[in-house]
Amino acid sequence: MATKRLTFNFPPHLIDQPVTYQLITEHNLKVNILRARITPREWGRLVVEISGKKKNLDAGLQFATDLGLDIKPLALDVQWNANKCIECTACSSVCPTGALSVERKEMHVSFDHEKCIACELCIPACPYEAMQIRF
Amino acid sequence: MAKTIQEINEKIKKGKAVVYTAEEIIDVVKSKGAKKAAAEVDVVTTGTFAPMCSSGAYFNVGHSNPRIKLGGGTVTLNDVPVYTGFAAVDILVGATGIPEDDPRNKIYPGKFHYGGAHLIEDLVAGKDVRLEARAYGTDCYPRRKLETWIRLEDMNEAVLFNIRNAYQNYNVAVNLSDRIIHTYMGVLHPKLRNATYCSAGQLSPLLNDPLYHTIGVGTRIFLGGGIGYVVDRGTQHNPDVPRTDQGVPRMGSGTLSVTGDLKQMSSRWLRGASFTGYGVTLAVGLGIPIPVLDEEVLKRTAVTDEDIVAQVVDYSEAYPNCVPGSLGEVSYAQLKSGSITVNGKKVPTAGLSSYVRAREVANILKGWIAEGSFHLSETVAPLPSVDSGVKFKLLQERPILNNARVAVD
Repeated sequence: MATKRLTFNFPPHLIDQPVTYQLITEHNLKVNILRARITPREWGRLVVEISGKKKNLDAGLQFATDLGLDIKPLALDVQWNANKCIECTACSSVCPTGALSVERKEMHVSFDHEKCIACELCIPACPYEAMQIRF
Repeated sequence: MAKTIQEINEKIKKGKAVVYTAEEIIDVVKSKGAKKAAAEVDVVTTGTFAPMCSSGAYFNVGHSNPRIKLGGGTVTLNDVPVYTGFAAVDILVGATGIPEDDPRNKIYPGKFHYGGAHLIEDLVAGKDVRLEARAYGTDCYPRRKLETWIRLEDMNEAVLFNIRNAYQNYNVAVNLSDRIIHTYMGVLHPKLRNATYCSAGQLSPLLNDPLYHTIGVGTRIFLGGGIGYVVDRGTQHNPDVPRTDQGVPRMGSGTLSVTGDLKQMSSRWLRGASFTGYGVTLAVGLGIPIPVLDEEVLKRTAVTDEDIVAQVVDYSEAYPNCVPGSLGEVSYAQLKSGSITVNGKKVPTAGLSSYVRAREVANILKGWIAEGSFHLSETVAPLPSVDSGVKFKLLQERPILNNARVAVD
């Protein structure tokens, strides 16, 4: 089994395509939609956690790429700016996945891209604008 | 064996002072005992780095040619309005000031991207800011308009002056309502989904000298990365609150007014903060050295997060409507563990005060004292303590009736 967190960027002419359906039925992949934004005549964006056999995952992503989707790892979209962070821990209690976590003895804050689902709850919680998202 | 500040300063001068942070001293006292530790240790350093809204700075920007009288006029720095009700070129900026055209909470929740605190941070970082002024013009100050770039180094005086900092303990904030709320204690999710607190606990200056035995008017401190001084008690200073057996207040209590030359401070320790839906505030780094004059003073610096408690307060109804009371009492050890229990529910906690940075402040101050570059000052007057009669009051409103003239007794 392989799992990836990705953003699918749909060009305007593809937003009516049932890509997720095809990934599930034709490539036997488990697709968990974390976020979606679809606006008429604009690029659509879908944040997904996608898992399945490595072979199926590769084939499914190849299919989506060939169709014209721009696929990027989610990690690139959410950024923790360590220089701006003062390690107050304000973000940690609103982060639902533990991507932003506190090492309890020393109280250091860290960010794990792998756990982030780009829910954006940390953004209004950080007074120092240390969390940035491109979505 | 009692020591004097003079004796401690002699040791600092010789580079022989024994200094620990308020975190380190806990284990020192545990292993050596208070009596032995009091004899050996000279200074305990404290620290905090947290949002402190009642912060500000005043500047003398220098006279232009021809002269302009800013007093009574309007001035903005990077669009942030500043107070001009002084002489010709003295101005005052408060941390929470925001530009006239900031949408505030009209688009809720407001972002409050830039304000007085960010302006102070930019100036301390050495950045150029835009000064725009309008004045009414007089015979001796004929100019009516001034627009110029200005930096901190261009100004005559630039002084940080904070009328309330270093709150001795604070509320733990929760939200009992069913909607998200945006407060100065951060974003609070509905139905007890999170709790926020704001104190450095065992490292916090006034929690290590709970009855103000050593901290007083004139105490030399670490302020904003440079050296500052305690001016006096801060606004809302409220010493007469319930305390633990060790004298540590169980809720918000004492406060400090502090000042220091902004030109020797650093933007690492003065940071503009934007609280979503609430406004702008300044995170201030502040550390106070506590001279170990005797065993009693030392014992109080060995206070731990287990010993310090705070009250859980609902910020959806109780706080806005001044309803007294608490949903429960929790220790800083519990708060820092990541969760507390409120009304039988496990609630994740988060700090607004950076413990990591508080430790860094205490260590920097420790370094300054150990290398002999920072001497302790004698206090000029004590801060009002428990029996002073100083009380924090709510405003008693007296409605102004139609056409009423100013009351004269």
